[in-house]
Amino acid sequence: MMQHATTPGGWLLVLALMLPVVGMLAIFALGQRRAERIAFATLAAGLATALAVAVAVGRSGRAVTYLIGGWQPPLGIALQADGLSAVLMVMTAVILCAVGVFARGSFSSPPDGAETRRPFVFWTLFLGLWSALNTVWLAQDLFSLFVALELLTFSAVPLVSLDGSRETLRAALRYLLFALAGSVFYLLGTGLIYGAYGTMDIATLHQVVRADWATSLALGLMIVGLMAKAALFPLHLWLPPAHAGAPAAASAVLSALVVKAPFVLILRLWFDVAAQPAPALAGAMLAGLGAASILFCSIMALRQARLKLMIAYSTVAQVGYLFLVFPLVMGSAALDPWASVGWTGGVLQLVSHAFAKAAMFLAAGLIAEALGHDRIADLGGAAKVLPVTVAAFALAGLSLMGLPPAGGFIAKLMLLTASVETANWWIAATILAGGILAATYVFRVVGSALAEPPERMVFAAIPRSRELAVLALALIALALGFLPLQPFDYLAIGRGGMP
Amino acid sequence: MTPATLYGICAAALVAIGLFGLILHPTPLRKVISFNLIGSGTFLLFGIAARRGAAAGFLGDPIPQAMVITGIVVAFAATALAVALLLRMLEAGAPTVDGSPDTPDDLSP
Amino acid sequence: MSLAVDLVMVLLILTTAVWTILVRDRRDAVIAFIVLGLLLSLVWMRLMAVDVALTEAAVGGGATGLVLLRACARLLPVEAEGALPGLRLQLAVGALCALVAAGLSAVILAPVDPAPTLAPAVAAHMDEVGMKNPVTVVLLAYRALDTLLEKVVLVLGLIGVWALAPDLFWGGRPASLRAATPSGTLDFLARVLPPVGVVIGIYLVWNGADHPGGTFQGGTALAAMWLLIMMAGLGELPETRALRLRRLVAVGPALFIAVGFAGFWMAGGFLSYPPGLAKPIIVAVEVALALSIAVILALMVAGPAAKEPER
Repeated sequence: MMQHATTPGGWLLVLALMLPVVGMLAIFALGQRRAERIAFATLAAGLATALAVAVAVGRSGRAVTYLIGGWQPPLGIALQADGLSAVLMVMTAVILCAVGVFARGSFSSPPDGAETRRPFVFWTLFLGLWSALNTVWLAQDLFSLFVALELLTFSAVPLVSLDGSRETLRAALRYLLFALAGSVFYLLGTGLIYGAYGTMDIATLHQVVRADWATSLALGLMIVGLMAKAALFPLHLWLPPAHAGAPAAASAVLSALVVKAPFVLILRLWFDVAAQPAPALAGAMLAGLGAASILFCSIMALRQARLKLMIAYSTVAQVGYLFLVFPLVMGSAALDPWASVGWTGGVLQLVSHAFAKAAMFLAAGLIAEALGHDRIADLGGAAKVLPVTVAAFALAGLSLMGLPPAGGFIAKLMLLTASVETANWWIAATILAGGILAATYVFRVVGSALAEPPERMVFAAIPRSRELAVLALALIALALGFLPLQPFDYLAIGRGGMP
Repeated sequence: MTPATLYGICAAALVAIGLFGLILHPTPLRKVISFNLIGSGTFLLFGIAARRGAAAGFLGDPIPQAMVITGIVVAFAATALAVALLLRMLEAGAPTVDGSPDTPDDLSP
Repeated sequence: MSLAVDLVMVLLILTTAVWTILVRDRRDAVIAFIVLGLLLSLVWMRLMAVDVALTEAAVGGGATGLVLLRACARLLPVEAEGALPGLRLQLAVGALCALVAAGLSAVILAPVDPAPTLAPAVAAHMDEVGMKNPVTVVLLAYRALDTLLEKVVLVLGLIGVWALAPDLFWGGRPASLRAATPSGTLDFLARVLPPVGVVIGIYLVWNGADHPGGTFQGGTALAAMWLLIMMAGLGELPETRALRLRRLVAVGPALFIAVGFAGFWMAGGFLSYPPGLAKPIIVAVEVALALSIAVILALMVAGPAAKEPER
């Protein structure tokens, strides 16, 4: 039986989970007057914690572990930060900080201190989302991950319908129903796994799992449930109206972070729980659906009249890239699949898309505020009024297209290399086609924004600080492009322990 | 055929019946009820695992039982949120100018 | 002989489930669903899971059923509302569902032998915690993180329900639960039952340490009594901005987290309990949790604010 042990610095993992919860309860109980201050204090502390965890993982070269209550899994629950989790935690913290700075403009409390609905709901659910995301990145227990998924859903759904209009309520309800269906299938699979192995602990399962059909059924049910939550084609219909209907700050978090959590869980199930090597056919099927997502939803993005809907369809397409990882990592000729180009490329795609998409949604939010609408055809004049914002949008678009020097370029190049190495030519073709389609829909927007404004156009004033938050995110997406074009050892930390 | 196995088959049937309703019913309220049915079937499966795992002087493995209790409460919260969303959606779509109310609780685009 | 009883039970359950899905009127479906919940409680008793049976009856059938019934009351009746799309589609989906059922049944009929279980591990450490109800020990000691996160889910769910209030009404009272027509029976029950119900609720919480019971079951009983009082019009729902209300909601999770962090000093880890003191600490946390659960459950049933907050 696998023996976990709490490693030094493990208590940081507890902080990462609990700080946002404490912040959320504080806002709830103390009234909204201090909501922003509490949120920003939590953001600062949480960012420090995430960075400390990343440093601890890097320095020790091993995963950081914590046993809650001192109980040994599978009786108790373990938290663990491997290289991947540390990267995800830092990514989450940085993006949430930038979104927090942005959101001050939209969700500030009124000066007389009376509590109002939108700021209260936004800041409490914002912190709830953070706690949920950190739990997904860190928990090593399948049932705790179910609770984390519910935490994520409950935080995300009310943000979609924050403005209270009928369309967003409908989108939120549809999102909730898809999410609940996904959760219950995940739970069903978890129950079958417990019935077969008597444990929910991932590390223990890794040691005892058998490659029989009952386990495949259980894992299949869980993965189908998670596919619905990750909006993989054809279970993607709920995402565009939901992400487009939310306020810009919420859309940024939803597209950049929330939709990635189910994908990361599929990664964990695939590589850490399932008997290795996983069936190649299943990997090919997931990649096939990913390819369908890329092609179909990129075309849908092209056909959108509204900016936010276009960006939301682009999210579904870019998440499709992530599902290409499965055949690429498994088929790798490298001795250690975690040191393969495919793995690094997939993770880099996840991270650079997160920054780029967050920047795009925030930019779209500012443009919509300034112009009063978000029709793509009529964006003329936006570049004059919000040059920083439109530039940030274009830079983020570089990452989506896969053009240098963006992070998305490195990621897609790595995925291309891996697909050529493993002779998956159709994947290479899809990546290239997706890049071309992304270029088309990004240029469409930028071109429209650069056009001359119609006469007598009235623009709302936007403070520079909000534009700078957007630019910062886009610049980070760009900076990721300067990473060396080779497998990233940090991401292999903690994976070597998996025999 | 132990009682646990019999109820296990019952659980499988409950999941199937709930799935049928979830896919086919167009209205959200019925979908929520169907989701609860699938949930009940799923919890029963945990219960079978608990009953089969009776040992060490317990009549059932306590771990899955604790998970079911957590799951039941989560399902209630989900239902309450879904119902609140549904009711608000209908209020937001109050009767139109010509007097006829919007189609109640539908999810059509 | 007892297998025949179980067979009858299964037939009843499946008939009720099919009825719930196929019946046209949504009210009938909800009532069938509540009946199903009660039948399932009996099944849980049969499976020797008394704590679960109590929770299913209270929360699964009772609270969930109540929420659904209130929804039915406010939705307009529509002709053929429960109608399912065409026969061919029904057959196709039915085939898919039958496949799923077959797959799950095959797994059930081929159990692993000996059955994997964590019961021995649970039993081995129960003395360290000092309580006799193994389910409570699991919920509040071994897997305390799940319970803690689950409380956070409840608070977020409440925020989500409250978020649906119109801006103007934010902070006000939820819609009155008072029945439209005054009922002597309801009035009588609301005067007689609550003291009994509150005692039962407290008993369930207090006794949950060593016998079946616990925070969810006791909290639901308390919530039910509060709702009964309000339905009979004998009391009023508080304003959702009331600080006392907010603190009651937050006290359970906050105390749980505080105890968790205190564990770093007292016992060397998050949510660790010092030997010998575990039972009193856990019972104190349970009391706070039951209070919060009672308030959250009742408020989630009551819904978002529907009146302007008073000046």
